[in-house]
Amino acid sequence: MKTFWQRFFGNPRVIVGLAWLGVVLVVAIIAPVLAPTDPFDIVGKPFLKPLDTYVLGTDSLGRSIWSGLVHGARTTLIIAVVATLASVIFGTLVGAVAGYYGGLIDDALMRLTEFFQTIPSFIFAIVLVAILAPSATSLVIAIAVVSWPPIARVVRGEVLSVKAREFVQAAVIAGQADLAILFRQVLPNTMSPLIVTGSLLVATAILIESALSFLGLGAPNLMSWGFMVGAGRSFLRDAWWLVTIPGIAILLTVLSINLVGEGLNDALNPRLADI
Amino acid sequence: MSDTVLSIENLTVALPSWSDRPLAVNDVSLSINRNEILCVVGESGSGKSVMAKAILGLLPAPHVRVTNGQVQFDGRDLLKTSEDDLRDVRGKNISMIFQEPMVALNPLMRVGKQINEIFQIHTDMTPEQRHQRVVDIFADVHLPEPDRIVSSYPHELSGGQRQRIMIAMALALEPSLIIADEPTTALDVTTEAQILRLLKELQEKHGTAVLFITHDFGVVAEIADRVVVMRYGQLIESGNTENLLRAPQENYTKALVAAVPSLTPRHRVPERTPASVLELRALQKTYGGRAGVFGAKGREVKAVREVSLDVPKGRSLALVGESGSGKSTLARCIVGLEKPDGGEILLDGENIAGLSRKQMMSYRHLVQMVFQDPFASLNPRHRVGNIIALGPKLRGVPHTQAIDKARELLGLVGLQEDAVDRYPHEFSGGQRQRIGIARALAVEPKLILADEPVSALDVSVQKQVLELLDELRQSLRLSMLFITHDLRVAAHVCDDVAVMRQGEIVERGSTADIFANPVHEYTQQLLDSVPGKLWQH
Repeated sequence: MKTFWQRFFGNPRVIVGLAWLGVVLVVAIIAPVLAPTDPFDIVGKPFLKPLDTYVLGTDSLGRSIWSGLVHGARTTLIIAVVATLASVIFGTLVGAVAGYYGGLIDDALMRLTEFFQTIPSFIFAIVLVAILAPSATSLVIAIAVVSWPPIARVVRGEVLSVKAREFVQAAVIAGQADLAILFRQVLPNTMSPLIVTGSLLVATAILIESALSFLGLGAPNLMSWGFMVGAGRSFLRDAWWLVTIPGIAILLTVLSINLVGEGLNDALNPRLADI
Repeated sequence: MSDTVLSIENLTVALPSWSDRPLAVNDVSLSINRNEILCVVGESGSGKSVMAKAILGLLPAPHVRVTNGQVQFDGRDLLKTSEDDLRDVRGKNISMIFQEPMVALNPLMRVGKQINEIFQIHTDMTPEQRHQRVVDIFADVHLPEPDRIVSSYPHELSGGQRQRIMIAMALALEPSLIIADEPTTALDVTTEAQILRLLKELQEKHGTAVLFITHDFGVVAEIADRVVVMRYGQLIESGNTENLLRAPQENYTKALVAAVPSLTPRHRVPERTPASVLELRALQKTYGGRAGVFGAKGREVKAVREVSLDVPKGRSLALVGESGSGKSTLARCIVGLEKPDGGEILLDGENIAGLSRKQMMSYRHLVQMVFQDPFASLNPRHRVGNIIALGPKLRGVPHTQAIDKARELLGLVGLQEDAVDRYPHEFSGGQRQRIGIARALAVEPKLILADEPVSALDVSVQKQVLELLDELRQSLRLSMLFITHDLRVAAHVCDDVAVMRQGEIVERGSTADIFANPVHEYTQQLLDSVPGKLWQH
């Protein structure tokens, strides 16, 4: 029987996804080296074609698209990852407490979760950013607030099933306290679906961030891919590269995350993957 | 007998690459004759179910596949028959009865309709004829009020009734062969006895051949004409039931037969110490009644009704009962997993009923539990050493000392001491159950509560675990409350027996007395129902 890592890295789709994500990650980290100028600086004439003077050309105000793309990777990744972490942590806590304690606590927390789920998530995110005033922090908050409910539901379901297993009863009989049982015995056994859902959530977070930036609700002084698409959309017919280049970056990144997420799922549940 | 119904020749079935062995069935040949029950016996992983599925082309393709052999039925090789023709053979000529009738029946369809459909597909009877035929078959399998049951849904019926429906379904088209895969394993012992009797009766009436797959030698003794023993996909031994059970030839068969606990209680010193380690006084527990914010109030179930019972110091008491008798609830109350609604639980003289979890802490070390399912009772993410050391550590024993103690205990239950650093998945079911026992012993309890500790294990492993429990109990002078549905197991390890039914203790006494002279009619019925009771080895 192959190990988890063998199954994970033996999957060609995972390799493709990881390769692209690796590139994006490296680019984001060394962005100041790759593009030393501020992405908002005007570097030349507007609407220069790619490979003309600058690698990827310039936008409607003469800003370097390459610089925007590189720095945008940074913004997009940081906001998506932080927002995902926040929603995973909060969702896990809510789901774990609801599933473990059950009864009225469960009812209360799950009705709260449903309350959040019934609001159309993107509209809700727009409202939150509008109320909080656009900034990186409010983007993170808005994305986290609209994406924790699925996590809470997944974790609750897992906790319910793990809780019924006998080793949890054994811990009760040994005299372990509730919170210790929840964190040491139950939660470690709910990890695999959580990892899969969480990794796919990063892709959703990137999409929400891009969409908000597209609408002009992004972080004001941070270049991001969604902002670039939004700023260039009126010139689509005259200067296709303004929209297309960041658009492809978003597409490839989201696709890669999905490939890796699926790969994680297949590697964690080998039997399902084969059927 | 010359009229062979089915013959399997050199059947070999390959398993997918991730399995622990390459072949599920390795070069097995056997044949079944008309009007004969052939039992295929084997422990888990022996390939007996895979073989049965291969006959009907039900293997989970493409991963598990037949690589060699023939299955001759009615003049043709079923392995070379097209899927369309096979579909016709299934049900009409060969039918199958599964272990879990709830899963095998469609929950959204009335049971009468499910059988009616078979006639609709395979015969040209009119609707009235079909209905009459369904009612007739239901009467045939002794279902009460067939007219009413025809229009019931599966969930409205009991487990035994569902299995009768499955048998009715299997018999519907009067097939020449029925394959029954552990059809009574999920049933209670009294129901099991009825179903076995019914199968035998119908098989004789219709002259059907039955391929009966089981792990239970009691069942074999009860119904088989011939027996085939399988192990690791290979055929070990076959023969006439009488001869094989009385004088098995192969070592493996001998060991298997010897591992079946005898129904005769072992001789015990009938010393009776006055002091009790555990005493229950009018204990009560009712389930249900809790209502959610929007939910309706649930139905109340009185799981335990005023039970009074005592476990004397240094003795073992078997609590015997069928599923739903309340025996597990009773155990859960004693270890504090449930709060009883009334009555007292005196543990070493002190009442622990109704204590909070904090208050229970000072009594936890007195009573520990061994669980039923060795795969669910050990946390897969923790090392064995930490699993065993948890109890002592919570009582303030330093980590290294607790781990040393765990090593010692592992030696005591017959495992290697280096097991402390390994994870549960590296061990077999029997070994895991030993780890479970070591965990229970870690806090030096006075009473061990064992809830069906061997029912998930194969017979040969079952015997070793039972013997280990018995030895440890005597050498450590422990008391034990042993919960089981299996009277053979009770006879094997316990000094006393209490029989429980519907939340009440109906009879209690020493094992020898109760097995020799059961007084209550339910106890008599239970003893009567033990499969293969007349067979002594």
